[in-house]
Amino acid sequence: MLDARRDPKDDMRLHKTHSVLPGFGLAMGFTLFYLSLVVLIPLSTLFWKSASLGAAGFWDVVTAPRVLASYKITFLASLAAASINGIFGLVVTWVLVRYQFPGRRLLDALVDLPFALPTAVAGITLTTLYAPNGWLGAPLEKLGIKVAFTPLGITLALTFIGLPFVVRTLQPVLEGLDPEVEEAAASLGANRLQTILRVVLPALMPAWLTGFALAFARALGEYGSVVFIAGNMPMKTEITPLLIITKLEQFDYAGATAIAAVTLVASFVLLLAINRLQSWSARLGTAE
Amino acid sequence: MAAATLPALGRARARATSEPLLAKALLIGVAVVFLALFLVLPLVAVFSQALEKGWAAYVAALHEPMALSALKLTLLTAAVAVPLNLAFGLAAAWAIAKFEFPGKNALITLIDLPFGVSPVISGMVFILLFGRQGILGPWAESHGLKLVFSVPGLILATVFVTFPFVARELIPLMQAEGTEEEEAARVLGASGLQLFWRVTLPNIKWGLLYGVILCNARAMGEFGAVSVVSGHIRGKTNTLPLHVEILYNEYNFQAAFAASSLLAFLALVTLVAKSLVEWRSAAVRGRAGIDASEEESPRVH
Repeated sequence: MLDARRDPKDDMRLHKTHSVLPGFGLAMGFTLFYLSLVVLIPLSTLFWKSASLGAAGFWDVVTAPRVLASYKITFLASLAAASINGIFGLVVTWVLVRYQFPGRRLLDALVDLPFALPTAVAGITLTTLYAPNGWLGAPLEKLGIKVAFTPLGITLALTFIGLPFVVRTLQPVLEGLDPEVEEAAASLGANRLQTILRVVLPALMPAWLTGFALAFARALGEYGSVVFIAGNMPMKTEITPLLIITKLEQFDYAGATAIAAVTLVASFVLLLAINRLQSWSARLGTAE
Repeated sequence: MAAATLPALGRARARATSEPLLAKALLIGVAVVFLALFLVLPLVAVFSQALEKGWAAYVAALHEPMALSALKLTLLTAAVAVPLNLAFGLAAAWAIAKFEFPGKNALITLIDLPFGVSPVISGMVFILLFGRQGILGPWAESHGLKLVFSVPGLILATVFVTFPFVARELIPLMQAEGTEEEEAARVLGASGLQLFWRVTLPNIKWGLLYGVILCNARAMGEFGAVSVVSGHIRGKTNTLPLHVEILYNEYNFQAAFAASSLLAFLALVTLVAKSLVEWRSAAVRGRAGIDASEEESPRVH
């Protein structure tokens, strides 16, 4: 194993342009060693373990009705949450970047709360708020809307944790937008709405899609904030990450691994798409 | 005459590139209500639920031995995970930002990997590795090492989950700084360590602090991954978030929210520290006259 690691390193040393700075070998060696130890080796066990099922066994596990139902609820709730964040995140970003009003900086700092607040705390708090006797749950119950322990509750928790992604991806792009472009549109006779729809929003599009995809990807794997509010009824409100834990607790390691492998592949595909979106966005930025 | 037309021109320009007052008010209203509902209200709820039975009950819930041991374990986990990932972040950023080598983009993608993995899976891989039926399980057992359902397992999972934070902040920052200052110092005879302490570190200290703050918040608050590897042994392998879960599932809501309030307070401290670092580094950038377009890519985790 040591040899396998040393080879590419030597290779790199040959290729790198000569530099007077010290420490490349040490820094690179430590980086690769630590990366392998903490991330690559542990992750590779996932595929090793799920391979032990065989193709047919793997297929049976990952397409069992209860598992399919969990994909469906996880996917749809994540999609709904990312869409809510896509719409309101755009409004929030616009307001934070373009308008001055009292409390703006406070709200701006608060946007990161879902990153900073532990997911378990978010989970029990949202459940308490939206439970049938909660501050928001009680009035909603009177209107006939049940939130806690339904797919709506799952969507709500996922909206909470996805909120910063859209805002924080859009914010620097909107801030960096050249005001002259909007002035030009206005002087050419476009009204404000036309300017926003045809000039501003298209420029924000790549960043907006990136933020949407990031929120969606995070929602697919989310566990802590969802388990409390979901109710966790098999076939109805059971999300895929919970199903993985259930299998682990039953010592069905191969089954848990197979489902995890499917989830992992799905999120890697998303990550790749996000990378493509980001380089598209960067290209747009330099073209102007 | 000219003096009179200029402000008028400015007003016309402002009219053409901003929204009508009514639309503005409406948009601000929507944003404020949305944020109040999703961010402010939950935050208020945590503290109000924690104090529901009065101050004495609140203090009692936090003085409970299980709560104290959970707090200790949370601090210990962060105390190990943050320095490890800090060292890694510095090494990775040094190699990636200051040198050219093939496969750099692939390496950056690999460093980001833990962000794309569900917390549940992050915990699970350590059970697959060190659990009874795990690949290294028999080896660990024969050496008397208990690596899952134990404190080392919690720390491993936390290190995995918080792995990219510092590196992610430092790489773009150090890439933007370039290598000229270090090269000059080197030519003038600075040793490697002098170079780092006197040239590189002062340039990156705010970004470094930022990464450490985010890394620490996640290390102390991680739930999914540690939940999988902990085995929920009370008083032994419970971090604060796991303690919250146990109390909540026992319907001891007030105590659960009391413990939560500590974590929510930590989150608030994180947000304040983060804002201070952001304003501070914006001020430094402003003084240095660096173009706004050089601002780092969006920080998204």
